[in-house]
Amino acid sequence: MITVEQLTKKYARNTAVDHISFEVGKGQIVGFLGPNGAGKTTTMRMLTCFLPPTSGAATVAGFNVLEKPLEVRRRIGYLPETPPLYPEMRTDEYLRFVGKIKGLHASELSKRIDFVLDRCAVADVKDKVLGKLSKGYRQRVGLAQAIIHNPDVLILDEPTAGLDPKQINETRDLIKSLAGDHTIILSTHILPEVEQTCQQVIIINKGKLVATDSVSNLQNRARGAGSVLVEVAGRNGVLESVQVQRRLEQVPGVSRVLFKHAGENRSTFEVEGKNDRAIRGDLARAIVESGWDLNELRTAAVSLEEIFLQLTSSDEANAASSGSTATGTEAAASEAKG
Amino acid sequence: MRNVWIICRKELNSYFVSPIAYILLAIFAIVFGYFFWNSVGYFIFAGMEAQMRGSMFPMNVNEQVIRPLISNVAVIGLFLIPLISMRLFAEEKRAGTFELLATSPVRDFAVIFGKWLAAVLLYGGMLLVSAINFAWLFRYGNPDWKPLAIAYVGLLLQAGFMLAIGTFISSLTRNQIIAGAVTFAACLLLWVLGWVSEYDSTPVARVMSYLSIPIHFESFEKGLLSLKDAVFFVSAIFLGLFLTARSIESLRWRS
Repeated sequence: MITVEQLTKKYARNTAVDHISFEVGKGQIVGFLGPNGAGKTTTMRMLTCFLPPTSGAATVAGFNVLEKPLEVRRRIGYLPETPPLYPEMRTDEYLRFVGKIKGLHASELSKRIDFVLDRCAVADVKDKVLGKLSKGYRQRVGLAQAIIHNPDVLILDEPTAGLDPKQINETRDLIKSLAGDHTIILSTHILPEVEQTCQQVIIINKGKLVATDSVSNLQNRARGAGSVLVEVAGRNGVLESVQVQRRLEQVPGVSRVLFKHAGENRSTFEVEGKNDRAIRGDLARAIVESGWDLNELRTAAVSLEEIFLQLTSSDEANAASSGSTATGTEAAASEAKG
Repeated sequence: MRNVWIICRKELNSYFVSPIAYILLAIFAIVFGYFFWNSVGYFIFAGMEAQMRGSMFPMNVNEQVIRPLISNVAVIGLFLIPLISMRLFAEEKRAGTFELLATSPVRDFAVIFGKWLAAVLLYGGMLLVSAINFAWLFRYGNPDWKPLAIAYVGLLLQAGFMLAIGTFISSLTRNQIIAGAVTFAACLLLWVLGWVSEYDSTPVARVMSYLSIPIHFESFEKGLLSLKDAVFFVSAIFLGLFLTARSIESLRWRS
């Protein structure tokens, strides 16, 4: 549905988007992830034909954004970071105006307005003036505006920014329910949002593409080959970390034990094994039988948050310590590029 | 063409939903009403005085009432036109709604022309207010309507030109006050540019006076339909709208 090849946007002094390539299939929800100023909005603006790219190409539904901008715009619904609302208009009046400039004819217009009012749960404010709506309603009217002409592609720039938690959930559910009919790209810097709503993630940082992969792949990759985090505490006040480590290494199925850190009378280890489910019981028994307390035993899951930080952080040390996951996703990224 | 009308309707709507249109119409009605009252009052006074002296002073409503009033309308327009045009693009840019228009399947020119047309129509509304006053002259006197009609055509052309300048300037900024002030300065300069012709006839002075608005309006004010001056206004309107289109396009490359 969307193909982006070597897309670049240069300004006088800086490069906002630097040779980005990716593809989005029909009906997918793709999360566009990156810290503030990474080039998310610029990329989206190029896809919506608001900004022309400096070089490279982008096609939406088979139409090049530079050559056939009107065709592309007909097929795109766009919600900018601040919903583009005319404060003096009423909701239904506004949707009617947007529907008209998007090329809907009078016969379908009323039907579509009713549909989106209902779909985006804004029917109860349809006679209200937009300037007086709350942030949540404004955002939903913004979404209603984006889908009024039933576009193939929806581009949403930080659709949940500035909403309260309940509104965020409602908006996410709404977006999820829109997938299938529409191909959706949404940008965000909030990770759980991507985990919850998207199938695929595109991570960019400083204008460069860092990774593109499915959400589950990224999580699996980050989770490692079954690491378990164990916190052990001593019963009688003293705990010899070295002793504990030696004991844990003897547990069958354990391949490596990493000492993480020690607190007052307790130590944390990361235990790697072939199968983390199977070794848990043995680990617990070994610790308790040795006369220590088992404070915590959990999967050493790396959240998307950590992957994100690893991928986008320019800190050398950080990158080195997370070498395995970063190279994994980078490999995936270059696969996607190729 | 359909899009031009959609944009124009939307603009007119926002003029009349917000108090701008009513305030501008009210200001015009009050100021012009005063001019009208004054002008008619003086005409009646002069007529009575002539009668008392028994001299056959030629009395002509067209020449002595309508014509000076038309030039008053033009001057009031100079002050009110920046207030009409200043919001056209500046407001959209500030509210972020410009992004909606720029990502809709509408050509830039339809947006620009639609907005300009709405501004001209609002100015036309003001002329209608002045027409209510003039209607009394027709009720109680017998002026010739043709010079008045031609003067209205001239007023519309002249306002269209100033509004095109205002549209262009509004597209350059997101601040309405700046747009209004700069438009007023530009129009005022174009208004007085012709003054040099009174003492100078070098090529520079002739170019300056050619660009001056009142010089091209003079013939309309007299009730003469001058093709030369109409062409000046129409081409100047196109230049203004063309510059706006360039400015909108450059926004895409810069912002």
